[in-house]
Amino acid sequence: MEFGTLVAWRKQPGESIRRGDIMAEVETAKGVIEAEAFSTGTVEKLLIQPGQKVPIGTAMAIIRDNGAAPAAAPSIALVPPPQAAPVTTPAAVAPSAVDQTRLRISPAARRLALELGIDPSIVRGTGRGGAIMSEDIERAVAAKRAAAPTAAAAASPSPTPDQAAAMRQVIAAAMTRSKREIPHYYLSTTIDMQRAVTWLAEENRKRPMTNRLLYGALLLKAVALALREVPELNALWLKDHVELKPAIHVGVAISLRRGGLVAPALHHTDQLTLDDLMKNFLDLVSRARSGRLRGSELADPTITVTSLGEQGVEAVFGVIYPPQVALVGFGKLVERPWSVNGQLVSRPVVTATLSADHRVSDGHRGAVFLAAVDRLLQEPERL
Amino acid sequence: MTSDEIRSVVIEALCQVAPEADPAQLRPNVSFRSQLDIDSMDFLRFILALHEKIGIEIPEKDYPSLTTLDSCVGYLASADRCPKSSPAP
Repeated sequence: MEFGTLVAWRKQPGESIRRGDIMAEVETAKGVIEAEAFSTGTVEKLLIQPGQKVPIGTAMAIIRDNGAAPAAAPSIALVPPPQAAPVTTPAAVAPSAVDQTRLRISPAARRLALELGIDPSIVRGTGRGGAIMSEDIERAVAAKRAAAPTAAAAASPSPTPDQAAAMRQVIAAAMTRSKREIPHYYLSTTIDMQRAVTWLAEENRKRPMTNRLLYGALLLKAVALALREVPELNALWLKDHVELKPAIHVGVAISLRRGGLVAPALHHTDQLTLDDLMKNFLDLVSRARSGRLRGSELADPTITVTSLGEQGVEAVFGVIYPPQVALVGFGKLVERPWSVNGQLVSRPVVTATLSADHRVSDGHRGAVFLAAVDRLLQEPERL
Repeated sequence: MTSDEIRSVVIEALCQVAPEADPAQLRPNVSFRSQLDIDSMDFLRFILALHEKIGIEIPEKDYPSLTTLDSCVGYLASADRCPKSSPAP
């Protein structure tokens, strides 16, 4: 059994809270994570005090539902209870006293939980009827993994051998399952970035330092807008069916300075202005690298964008992170001969690739998606 | 600011984005990117940290002049970009 220690409450009894508000900071054996509220209501009672160490799964607070329907989005931190909502310690979604023999859990998920040392009774299932699936176990482990860097950052710039091994174990489990279960197909296209790069340089020339945009922000926005046109790539594959997601939360692959990788969601990517997207992007990377991610950011992505161009590679052939259904890769921006109106000119180009789940989409739709990304990047001022 | 003061500020800003960096091991003429695995987002945070600490506006076209410790110090020390040191009392 793992324990968590309440570091601080961010909300007090009587305060109104909205779903997604940060309720508390909780330190686990792996580090600190920000625990979010899963329902809207009023904090009725705090059940534990700062400094108190309790088993994972212990109810921490009661949230009185004001009548608003709790959202069903899963998270690694807190879980929406049916009525008066007990806030529980992170990574817990049900009281630890739950009888595991009554859990709805797939045999594969039960085996995986055993392999990865996760108590399935504290995992919220996203399968039919709330059944716990392998991906739910992986997400629970990912949540623990994401929390790990915080403690490491405070104490040492390098991960402990245990933390590094745990992260490799999670990545290994997810990637093995991906390669075993997901029939990937791969598409690639070369995009002329002349307009985007020119527009960005001109835009940044006019902006103060604090408001400048990164090239990566344009790529993320173009991907998000293209997903509106090909919604089947904004989905999750859950056991035997696809679940399309109405909101577009693009996962951003971020390498951690102490080793490893996370891909938290940039929430509502398609709705953000470039200014807000850049601001949120900067905040997300800063928090990812200092171990301050939120539970929902790890649970919500439906697609991941990875850009490895800075490392010098020209193309990425990605492995989909289950239960996501696609991964978009961008390579290095390179100068190449390019034909424009019959004239050979030099242009900055980037290779964009799509790895997609063939159970969910076909190559034709994938091609439509990449064509949309290309088209959108030709009009950067409209992103 | 003296060159030494500027150097201290640069190292401080760098350590904000790369806390594992050991200033004693930093090679002054080797790029931050190759020594510390700095990416574009880290570099932006570094530039913003310099802006916050020194209060200067750095045009994007000058970013290539800020890729090593020595080039940073040289850039910031030139053309009176940094505030003058306070005179000794």
